[in-house]
Amino acid sequence: MKPILVFVEITAGAPRRASLEALGAARATGAETVAVFCGEASAAAACNGAQKAIALGGDSSSPDALASALADAVKNNDCGGFLAAATSAGRDLAPRVAAHLDAVLFSDCTGLEVSGDQLAARRPWLAGKVIADLVSSADVFCATTRLNIFTPSEDTGPDSCDAATITAKPKARVTSLEAKASARLDVQEAPVVISGGRGMGDKEQFKLLEDLSAAFGNAAVGASRAVVDAGWRPHSEQVGQTGKTVSPQLYFAVGISGAIQHLAGMRTSAVIVAINKDAEAPIFKVADYGIVGDALEILPVLTKAIQAVKAEA
Amino acid sequence: MNIVACVKRVPTTDAEVKVAADGKSLDESGLSYMISFYDELALEEAVRTKESHGGEVTVLTLGPSSGTKEIRECLAKGGDRAEVLADPGWLSRDCRATAKALAAKLKDLGADLAFMGRVATDRDNAAVGPMVATYLGWACVTDAISLEIADGKGSAKRETEQGLETIEFSLPAVITCNKGLNEPRYSNLRGIMAAKKKPFEESPAELVENQASVSALAPPAPRAESRILGTGPDAVPTLIDTLRNEAKVL
Repeated sequence: MKPILVFVEITAGAPRRASLEALGAARATGAETVAVFCGEASAAAACNGAQKAIALGGDSSSPDALASALADAVKNNDCGGFLAAATSAGRDLAPRVAAHLDAVLFSDCTGLEVSGDQLAARRPWLAGKVIADLVSSADVFCATTRLNIFTPSEDTGPDSCDAATITAKPKARVTSLEAKASARLDVQEAPVVISGGRGMGDKEQFKLLEDLSAAFGNAAVGASRAVVDAGWRPHSEQVGQTGKTVSPQLYFAVGISGAIQHLAGMRTSAVIVAINKDAEAPIFKVADYGIVGDALEILPVLTKAIQAVKAEA
Repeated sequence: MNIVACVKRVPTTDAEVKVAADGKSLDESGLSYMISFYDELALEEAVRTKESHGGEVTVLTLGPSSGTKEIRECLAKGGDRAEVLADPGWLSRDCRATAKALAAKLKDLGADLAFMGRVATDRDNAAVGPMVATYLGWACVTDAISLEIADGKGSAKRETEQGLETIEFSLPAVITCNKGLNEPRYSNLRGIMAAKKKPFEESPAELVENQASVSALAPPAPRAESRILGTGPDAVPTLIDTLRNEAKVL
């Protein structure tokens, strides 16, 4: 099989977890794995699973120029595959790279298989109402990997690093980034997601979910469409068919009845806990564990219990 | 300004979907359709851009030749004319073939700005917008939540895991629209009446072969039966114990 090139995002000098997962997905196919990133060559060794690394120099502020450099790297290294994590940057860049290579793209994959000499992708359609197994007849197999699905490789990255340069003339450039106020995890990245719905009563009660999230330390707060439409929470937190699709290790649905659009966005979570007043709510059909009752009474007790668990650890 | 809103007809989001007997495609019986949620935002942004800068809004779709009801609705909401690229195989058309057909038409139309949804809520691929821009050599901003256009240039904001990015770009450009960019208007009777007189053209889509093929389509694996651990705050210790010792996630 030809090598697979993986776009790796570097934050604070190290690869993002999501990119390590994409590298792990590439490595698991048995193909030679080439990591490409913008930044210092010293990051190569942390690109676990890669046998080869390329540091891209030049101005990386233009997504179109960067995509063009990534497509060139795919061609110059005679790669048969291109992968990126399905992050904001990955979802923005991968279709551009695919178009440069005149290849179809499979976004947000939850599985990658090798059959014979060919790669096959598994990915949800209609936000997970059906699961599609897909093959591509393109010369280069292009895909993005859903976060929290693939396991990073335990092999360290290469000792050496090649260099290439972004040279295309930019058509668009990122001119500023207003960093988030806190180092809050995104719902798609967090290993624990705590989502609230109408059953929270009002906007202020989301403080109880924030508290539970803080007790975990590695959690993000999510929201149902109803509370986003009501203006209680930002759209960036919405889980479901017109929001984000998440697959954390642990998902709490609190005061969420479980409309089909919401279930579509979270049903690939490893463990689902539902807390709802209504024992007949559809959310209990997909949850692993449920507590029937008033979320506003249960949450403070649950937060204390999680704090105690974390204090022990 | 020559503005195009690219929209897609997709199964309604409340639809229960079934796999057809071939195990590779959707069972179309009983499905009803809507314009993809984010494409409604694209249409609204196209109409608003026309309202502030002048010009014309073409509603462009690749879809079935029978699926005109949803496209008429786009004209009732402010589109000036519709172009349907008819594709009998639209339900299984892949992102590359779709992007190439749309790119060819956008070039023909001489568009300055093309708006699309962030993602279509059927295949959830979020690929066609940036692919179209790349095939045309245009600028592209994905997931826009704000947009300003002036003097042949634009500035847009998008939310990433790191924060809020500002992107400056030149026209022509493809903008994919995210929730927060605008609140789409509803159609009114006057709009619906006016839509009946607006130009509505249909031509066969210029198609390349799909590269993607489906080897299997299946409902998601059923989850294990759920267990109600108890009622009210008293159930919390049982939940903690279960998450720790059975699910092993604590």
